[in-house]
Amino acid sequence: MNTGRPLIQARGLVKRFGDFTAVDGIDVEVSAGEAFGFLGPNGAGKSSTMRMVGCTSPPSGGKLRILGMDPVRDGPAIRARLGVCPQLDNLDPELTVRENLTTYARYFGIPRRVARARATELLDFVQLSDRADSKVEPLSGGMKRRLTIARALVNEPDIVLLDEPTTGLDPQARHLVWERLFRLKQQGVTLVLTTHYMDEAEQLCDRLVVMDGGRIVAEGSPRALIERHATREVVELRFAAESQEAFAGKLDALGERVEVLPDRILVYVPDGDATVAEVAALGLHPTNVLVRRSSLEDVFLHLTGRTLVD
Amino acid sequence: MVTLVLPRLVDVSAASRRSASVTERNVAALRSVYWLLLVSGFVEPLLYLLSIGVGVGALIGDLTLPSGAVVTYAAFVAPAMLASSAMTGALAETTFNFFGKMKYMKLYDGVIATPVQPFEIALGELAWAMLRGSAYSAAFLVVMVVMDLTTPVRALAAFPAAVLVGFAFGAVGMAISTFMRSWQDFDLMSSAQFVLFLFSGTFVPAEAYPAVLRWLVEVTPLYRAVHLIRALTVDTGGWSWTLDVLYLLAVLTAGLLIASRRMGRLLYK
Repeated sequence: MNTGRPLIQARGLVKRFGDFTAVDGIDVEVSAGEAFGFLGPNGAGKSSTMRMVGCTSPPSGGKLRILGMDPVRDGPAIRARLGVCPQLDNLDPELTVRENLTTYARYFGIPRRVARARATELLDFVQLSDRADSKVEPLSGGMKRRLTIARALVNEPDIVLLDEPTTGLDPQARHLVWERLFRLKQQGVTLVLTTHYMDEAEQLCDRLVVMDGGRIVAEGSPRALIERHATREVVELRFAAESQEAFAGKLDALGERVEVLPDRILVYVPDGDATVAEVAALGLHPTNVLVRRSSLEDVFLHLTGRTLVD
Repeated sequence: MVTLVLPRLVDVSAASRRSASVTERNVAALRSVYWLLLVSGFVEPLLYLLSIGVGVGALIGDLTLPSGAVVTYAAFVAPAMLASSAMTGALAETTFNFFGKMKYMKLYDGVIATPVQPFEIALGELAWAMLRGSAYSAAFLVVMVVMDLTTPVRALAAFPAAVLVGFAFGAVGMAISTFMRSWQDFDLMSSAQFVLFLFSGTFVPAEAYPAVLRWLVEVTPLYRAVHLIRALTVDTGGWSWTLDVLYLLAVLTAGLLIASRRMGRLLYK
């Protein structure tokens, strides 16, 4: 399968809705077996990009090749080899859990017997076997999400597209989804996902692009991005005073960079504990001190000046 | 030659297979409540036939058709009830249900992520609507034969005609649905449907209207459908019904083309 050619190749890809440009000329390449992420806040153009890659939204400009084919001309042939888990679950409410899988398999022309076997297998994989004959509606958000992921796998796709796979799920449900996605990744399935969760991107992605306002502002592995755009550690300081701003000036000299947020100050440093000692030496008394390793959140903050999730 | 034709044949068979998978989904979704809905679609025209065709017909007596054939009023009304029940069955499925699936259940948003294309969705839904419409038609034809309003041979000939009527209205319904913004818009459609039902030569021969009105009536699809089925089930003369067939085929094609084009635009955002 791995011919060295990228599975997904975009050059100057653009999506416009009327006057609004949702995706503003992005270049992306995804190779076989990779777990690739689009990271960015709401409205960054992630979903529009995913829909173009999923061949359900014609590009407004630029070049796009999926599995070496043209999404507009070869839509059905490409979609036959994609698995799509959209941002909002669009399961069939008139069918049972199992029927959602078997019916979907039929859209791909999979023989009934194979469809039934695969449904049983996938329900087991996403741990929904005991709900097989239930309707979709009473399922919890996490269960619906898992069913949608199972549905995306029913045609044994070469590429699985996951648009915000865990948004709106409670922590336990998120971890279950992550664990299943990680297993898919280990099986060699190419994953492309969007997320506005840092931890999700760090957990699942080999490589990612950071998107903001329809453009790509950075690209690389999570580790490389953190190394390039942040320091090893971050000291978070919270002061009792209404304005954190007043203290920021005094901290400037301590770190490579200082970010002032409405409720706290972030100081980017190689060694957090040393900095905490220096803060105390300056005679400053923050109400709250936290030393942590820097994350993609910090990368995003550095690149755009804004936080990801508000 | 083979290389030129083969890919196309494969394409057609793949497309019909994909359409069939959309029809299949509806079979899977059939539930007991839905059966009740199906039954009501059959009972309604039957009640009209009994109350107006037989009941009012007792006061009216026999009618002379333009061809010169003399028929009872019930025999005059029955084919019209068949045509309008084919229309109602097809429209119910391709308007309310289709609109609900597209706009509220977001069903097709999931389907378009598979190899199935909008045209194939339209075709599959239409085929499903026709299964329903045809069941009504077949049942109603049996009633007509039992009540001696037509002969078994004529009933057999009228069945494909009734299926065609359903197909044509189904395609129109689907095309209309793609322009609907909310459920309120369907009130308008229901009104239009009722006007057609009353004035398409159903209860009164179109010849009874003033010339201008008569022309207007005669170009409407339900009139052509009634004319076609009446010609096949009770009338004697002429081939003018072939014109009805061509008319309904044209309506069917136009409806399907508009529907799949609009769906493509609505779904491939």
